[in-house]
Amino acid sequence: MRAPEQVIFEYSQPGRGASDQWPRHPGAAALADLPVAQRRTRPPLLPEVSELEAVRHFTRLSQLNFSIDTHFYPLGSCTMKYNPKACNQYAMLPQFLARHPLAPEAQGQGLLACLYELQEMLKAVTGMEGVALSPMAGAHGEFAGVAMIRAYHRARGDLKRNEIIVPEAAHGTNPATATMCGCVVREIPVDAQGDVDLPALKAVVNPNTAGIMLTNPSTLGVFERHITEVARIVHEAGGLLYYDGANLNAILGKVRPGDMGFDVIHMNLHKTFSTPHGGGGPGAGAVGVAARLLPFLPVPLVGKEGERYRWLTAADVPQSIGRLSAFMGNAGVLLRAYIYMRLLGREGMRLVGEFATLNANYLLKRLQAAGFDAAYPQRRASHEFIITLKRQARELNVTAMDFAKRLLDYGFHAPTTYFPLLVPECLLIEPTETESREVLDAFVTALSHIQKEAEQEPGRVTSAPHTMPVRRLDDVRAARQLDLTWKPTAQP
Amino acid sequence: MAFIPHTEADVAAMLATIGAASIEELFEEIPPELRIRSLAGVPEALNEMEIGRLMSERAAADGTALSFLGAGAYEHHIPAAVWAITTRGEFYSAYTPYQAEASQGTLQLIYEFQTMMARLTAMDAANASMYDGASAMGEAVLMAVRANRKSKAARILLPASVHPHYRQVAHAMTSNQGLTFAELPYAPQEGVTGAAALAPFEGQDVTALVVQQPNFFGRLEDVDALTDWAHARGILVIAVVNPIALALLKPPGEWGARGADIAVGEGQPLGVPLSAGGPYFGFMTTRMEYLRQMPGRIVGRTLDTAGHPGFTLTLQAREQHIRRAKATSNICTNQGLLVTAATIYLSLMGPQGLERTAAAAHARTRELVATLTRVPGVRPAFSGPYFHEAVLQLDRPVAPVLRALAAGGIHGGLDLAPYYPELGSALLVCATETKSSADIERYRAQLSEALQAARAA
Amino acid sequence: MSELPADLKYTKSHEWVRTLSDGTLEIGISDHAQHALGDLVFVEVPEAGRKVQAGEACAVVESVKAASDVYAPVSGQITAGNPKLAAEPEAVNSSPYAEGWLMRLKPAPGALAAAALLSAAEYQKLLDAEGG
Repeated sequence: MRAPEQVIFEYSQPGRGASDQWPRHPGAAALADLPVAQRRTRPPLLPEVSELEAVRHFTRLSQLNFSIDTHFYPLGSCTMKYNPKACNQYAMLPQFLARHPLAPEAQGQGLLACLYELQEMLKAVTGMEGVALSPMAGAHGEFAGVAMIRAYHRARGDLKRNEIIVPEAAHGTNPATATMCGCVVREIPVDAQGDVDLPALKAVVNPNTAGIMLTNPSTLGVFERHITEVARIVHEAGGLLYYDGANLNAILGKVRPGDMGFDVIHMNLHKTFSTPHGGGGPGAGAVGVAARLLPFLPVPLVGKEGERYRWLTAADVPQSIGRLSAFMGNAGVLLRAYIYMRLLGREGMRLVGEFATLNANYLLKRLQAAGFDAAYPQRRASHEFIITLKRQARELNVTAMDFAKRLLDYGFHAPTTYFPLLVPECLLIEPTETESREVLDAFVTALSHIQKEAEQEPGRVTSAPHTMPVRRLDDVRAARQLDLTWKPTAQP
Repeated sequence: MAFIPHTEADVAAMLATIGAASIEELFEEIPPELRIRSLAGVPEALNEMEIGRLMSERAAADGTALSFLGAGAYEHHIPAAVWAITTRGEFYSAYTPYQAEASQGTLQLIYEFQTMMARLTAMDAANASMYDGASAMGEAVLMAVRANRKSKAARILLPASVHPHYRQVAHAMTSNQGLTFAELPYAPQEGVTGAAALAPFEGQDVTALVVQQPNFFGRLEDVDALTDWAHARGILVIAVVNPIALALLKPPGEWGARGADIAVGEGQPLGVPLSAGGPYFGFMTTRMEYLRQMPGRIVGRTLDTAGHPGFTLTLQAREQHIRRAKATSNICTNQGLLVTAATIYLSLMGPQGLERTAAAAHARTRELVATLTRVPGVRPAFSGPYFHEAVLQLDRPVAPVLRALAAGGIHGGLDLAPYYPELGSALLVCATETKSSADIERYRAQLSEALQAARAA
Repeated sequence: MSELPADLKYTKSHEWVRTLSDGTLEIGISDHAQHALGDLVFVEVPEAGRKVQAGEACAVVESVKAASDVYAPVSGQITAGNPKLAAEPEAVNSSPYAEGWLMRLKPAPGALAAAALLSAAEYQKLLDAEGG
């Protein structure tokens, strides 16, 4: 890895600039109509650098990152699969990039056709009756989903239903979303095998139950075997079922949320349908619904009348929960997902779930053979699984965090650590279908080496990483002595 | 196929390791009655050449127009270096920087971005982005309700001169949390929020006032007076601003005597292509005293165990993965890659380039307004200063005129009739530095023709 | 093994309560709780004058990995929040029972008697049962 890179402001020299990029100044007279009292008095302190300085700086910064293009990235729950280059190239055709969001539909039939067909394909792979593409991330889709559940109950005059049931192993976005939708969260435990605790579920449902939010396969990396029973209990109590699509990759082409009894789902297109994660986004959190929630879908939607496509707005969907983005969500991300789905087609889509599952089960078996403890050894892995290092933490005083940091030195991004919260010292590992057997084998070798180091030379592991641009960072200092913007004088 | 590298030999060896007879066996825990056998409804696969051809044909069919549309999304020149670097795999295919030591590139870039946005808005701190400008405003409203502890009403003053879509998003985002909005009318001659609109709220419990500058009509609000009025009554001020405009206009941190409390806006003008509406990014900045009420990721600089500086996510206890039901927001994935583009864009522009861009865009819009209002039947809808966008009044309905222009390859602006029926035949137009005098003259000529044809019909 | 002063009362949610000479209650979080949270980076204390019900969340303690509400053990009116913690949240780690107090509260009439507080020995049993 490269040495650290100074902050861009440290390159800045007054009067320098990438002036070939700038338009000509129209002259002060062109601004004479702007009242002095409304004008900025001092220019903003932005960097003043040449194009080459900027290009070098940001290229060097990029080289400080791990990424799918450079490293195996087995982050559980994140589905870090390969992002095909064609998806980027064809989504960035100049006409798509230049298209204004409010441009006339007549000159956007090509784009609208892609989005409409994407809606249709997502309906087909999830078994839902309608799809809206505008939510811009998983959590945004969750918001849309729970808002639709509330709108459904309200439309029926069932005004008191404001409780959302969430398993304790759920992603934090589930309870946070429920709160944003004005709901109260009721957490329920899972049983020793990782399935929802049915007696606890029966005890918690009541006339105020709005719905339940579930991920299936669950965040524990196993398929929820009682899903039909869960659906029955919640539906009989008058609640609806929300499917968190974080783990949809595991079951693509094998089983559909709609067939499991879910009423509303979100899909992380940046996971299952391989749009890039971009260092934290953009994502796309399309939502799908069963028939009874169709009237509440967020707008805009893409409709088709004869051979013409058009935007459907609140006028077409009067009971809609409304608009969640200024325009049409992350349209460019949606195009990438569309291209990916067309490249895979029906047959490729089925292979995704199969090979994601094959890779996960193979990696689990090999790690178990190497002496690591599975959190749920009696269960099949889905597309991901949990290793618990509580034995290593107890006996060697080496934690999951230490293993994770040491993996970076071996050239592997760390798996998800300390999630789900209910398994101590856990690594949640998701290899995805696009990794080869050789990469998985090399990962097993690395973890086995680290285990040996933990036994023989634990300091080497607990002080890792050793080969990154920085050593382990002081999070406590970061939070206590806040340094959130660069200042010329204050160096840490 | 499907970017899966496995050979038949791999599959056989891996199944042997697992101890399973087939891949099918790995799905044995799924109840058989739930299983599906095919994905009818998904077409057969295309290869890369075929999808490339399909997409190129569709893109070509849509074509490109000479566009004078603004209304929250603006066509600016994007330096070639911006996307050449942004699409590098190390940025494009990285995850959220939770493993700080393996993500220093993304983390440092966000720290630089936070610095740039804080300086541009003259505020203390910025987050690492929201989904877009509209959702950033919705989050700012929720943040203001948390931050203004003296107000119990959760009541927001929302001018009608704020982007109509932003107002719709704010309603959709907050309606289940019991917030209420009071819409402030704009002065019909000036198109801005005047003192008369505020008077009815004198002495009432109000949580926050939203001020968009320039407003949806492109008009400049009296931000100093609005801010001081609000602060004198314990009301927080949420600024909604265009980041390019901030090169010329007073930044929110300097509005009135004390400055706005939260600033948000659409980041798209900063190096992000129009791209049919997204992906864009929202930005949010605030004062130190409200920092812990701000949603979204924040990066801080700290030291590593060897005493060297480095970057990490901080203040995460505000966020959903720790605070769960009590988090400031449910936001997790944000718009990181667009922040990458914007940070590179702002570095290439610098203070001078940004000022030139703003000035050139404004000059072109003035030229546009001056040129189009020479056409009979066209006049400005409002009096008073505007920035890089303006409303024109036509003497007949806008929609057919826009259709005629589009047939000639011009997207002439936004018909305001669906949003502001009281304005009659109003057209919102915008020109940026990307437009030439010849472009503007072409618009004038075709508009003139379209209006004459409409009159003749 | 965490420190557990015998002269204090405790709650199931890991607060401690000290009765001051004027009858005001001083409230903080136990040594066990501060240890479980780790290095605190932020503490939010209630404003004087606020009326609280027993069991109501009225303070927040934050580390880099966790955030936790602190609940009023007894109904009453807040007389002070510890002003020192805004700048020095680490005082709760280093001195949970003295300098790291969070708030003082004047109990409502009869509220102290009505509150379900634990003795040090009872609290210890609770910790043992939790595996702490």
